[in-house]
Amino acid sequence: MKEKKVVIDVEGLTKCFGAFKAVDNISFEVFQGEIFGFLGANGAGKTTAMRMLCGLSLPTSGKARVAGFDIYKQSEQVKRNIGYMSQKFSLYEDLTVMENIRLFGGIYGLSHKQIKEKSSELIETLDLIEVSKKLVAALPLGWKQKLAFSIAILHKPQIVFLDEPTGGVDPITRRQFWKLIYKATSESITVFVTTHYMDEAEYCDRISMMVDGRIKALDSPQNLKMHFSASSMDDVFLRLARKAQRQAE
Amino acid sequence: MFRDTRTLLILFGLPVVQILLFGFALSNEVKNSPMLVCDYAQDGVSRNLIDKFSANKSFNLEEVLLSHRELNDAFKKGRIKSALVFPPRFETELARFNEAELQFIVDASDPNTANILMTYAAGLVGDYQQSLLLDYSLPYSIQPEIRMLYNPELKPSFTFVPGLLALVLMLVSVMMTSVSIVREKEYGSMEVLLVSPVNPWMLIVAKIVPYLFLALINFITIMLLSITLLDLPVNGSALLLFAESMLFIVTALSLGILISNVAQTQQVAILISLAGLLLPTVLFTGFLFPIENMPLALRYFADLVPSRWYYLIVKSVMIKGLGLLAVWKETLILFLMTASLLFLSFRSFKVRLL
Repeated sequence: MKEKKVVIDVEGLTKCFGAFKAVDNISFEVFQGEIFGFLGANGAGKTTAMRMLCGLSLPTSGKARVAGFDIYKQSEQVKRNIGYMSQKFSLYEDLTVMENIRLFGGIYGLSHKQIKEKSSELIETLDLIEVSKKLVAALPLGWKQKLAFSIAILHKPQIVFLDEPTGGVDPITRRQFWKLIYKATSESITVFVTTHYMDEAEYCDRISMMVDGRIKALDSPQNLKMHFSASSMDDVFLRLARKAQRQAE
Repeated sequence: MFRDTRTLLILFGLPVVQILLFGFALSNEVKNSPMLVCDYAQDGVSRNLIDKFSANKSFNLEEVLLSHRELNDAFKKGRIKSALVFPPRFETELARFNEAELQFIVDASDPNTANILMTYAAGLVGDYQQSLLLDYSLPYSIQPEIRMLYNPELKPSFTFVPGLLALVLMLVSVMMTSVSIVREKEYGSMEVLLVSPVNPWMLIVAKIVPYLFLALINFITIMLLSITLLDLPVNGSALLLFAESMLFIVTALSLGILISNVAQTQQVAILISLAGLLLPTVLFTGFLFPIENMPLALRYFADLVPSRWYYLIVKSVMIKGLGLLAVWKETLILFLMTASLLFLSFRSFKVRLL
């Protein structure tokens, strides 16, 4: 296997809330262009870990470099080189499709000309021409999420963080969504995704399983299944999560 | 319910606060109202009347002057609320014609207080007249000639429009900004904005600017309605009034940002803006209850309420027709309040979630 470029380098990252260790000394590397799945039960610490990498939360201890920048000292450069899509909010519902693209393009410092080019290109590939002037609130959830993902990578970030991006979406739309993700990786964007869905886990290049704030397993889906002699990712997950001490939040 | 201390506090604490406030602190009664006397007569009767006024608790006689030249300035600066002027040969006229006139001038830019002072003064003069009648059993009559400064018709709109202006701008601006920022937190869009390379300062400025314009539209609407429908004069510079209102709106907007940094839900933001600001603004701006009559602690508290200063500025500029020179102190106070509120809200703005 040839040497790959490391885009996320985490070493001993820990986050405590009082006596509670939400994230407990995790270390891992993510390589350029791969889809890195972050799995775990509710309350296992996935979101907290992701927030620390995005600069939304300050770690208690440990080191991490994202896109080659230190998350403590160079959070500005980190922010410039990542995209982010949260499960809770994707787009401003009372703005139109075009207005959302313009707003986020502006926020990420794209020029007017760039925004113009990219938005028409994006609307065409997502087949949104007819609804481009409609409010986002009027779009079906699946369309919104595809649009949100495309907007999150509008500025061609090195890494895009997806926090449970396909919550509440039917399997067909989910598959279409993953096609977009594959397309992004073909443009050498690294995808860091947290998810609950085990079928999604199969789409990832490598998976880390978090239990009680720690990474209990990290490998490709095939290797994980082999290692735990399980038939599916569901099995792997259950085997690991069963040992969890923490109750789901 | 008994485990919920906040509800308990509202349920049982609020009535106590209100009864104390309304019972003791807030009254329409006028006490120690500063006044000047201008005595051209300097005779026995004028001296007796001056004694009566200075012995009265409602008036605080600051000085007896020999000319009325200082009066105008004292009224403009708001140093005095009323003045008594005795014409020359007051006693002589009273003795010769059994009738004499004196002048009572009152600052009517606050019609409530003006009315009360007028009644008190008429009462005092009437009392004195009664005592004269007993002594001489002659029909003496002293006619107080009353002059209302700034608001000759004692129109209530002269106080309530500036008061309302302060109230509306305050509540609308505070609520609009705090809710609009907290809404982003609720929806989760704040998270997305915080991950983006946008400078938090830009975020706050972007929240302030649109609402500044909206509040200015509110200001213009109130002014137009007051001028056309209520015949309110704008005696001073409209431009100054506009600039001062802009300053006050920014004060309120930065207060809104400060609230949004504390509140996590829109309901809490609205509750703090309404409950936390409506009562103090209504009570301590000075358009319902004169602040001068409040106990010392409450007067100090009133000084912390930004709308109090804005109200003073609006009244001075709009009704008394004064310029920036007369209101620079109030403007400076408002400016310092704005600067510190802005500083605090920038400081307390959380760039991270946890």
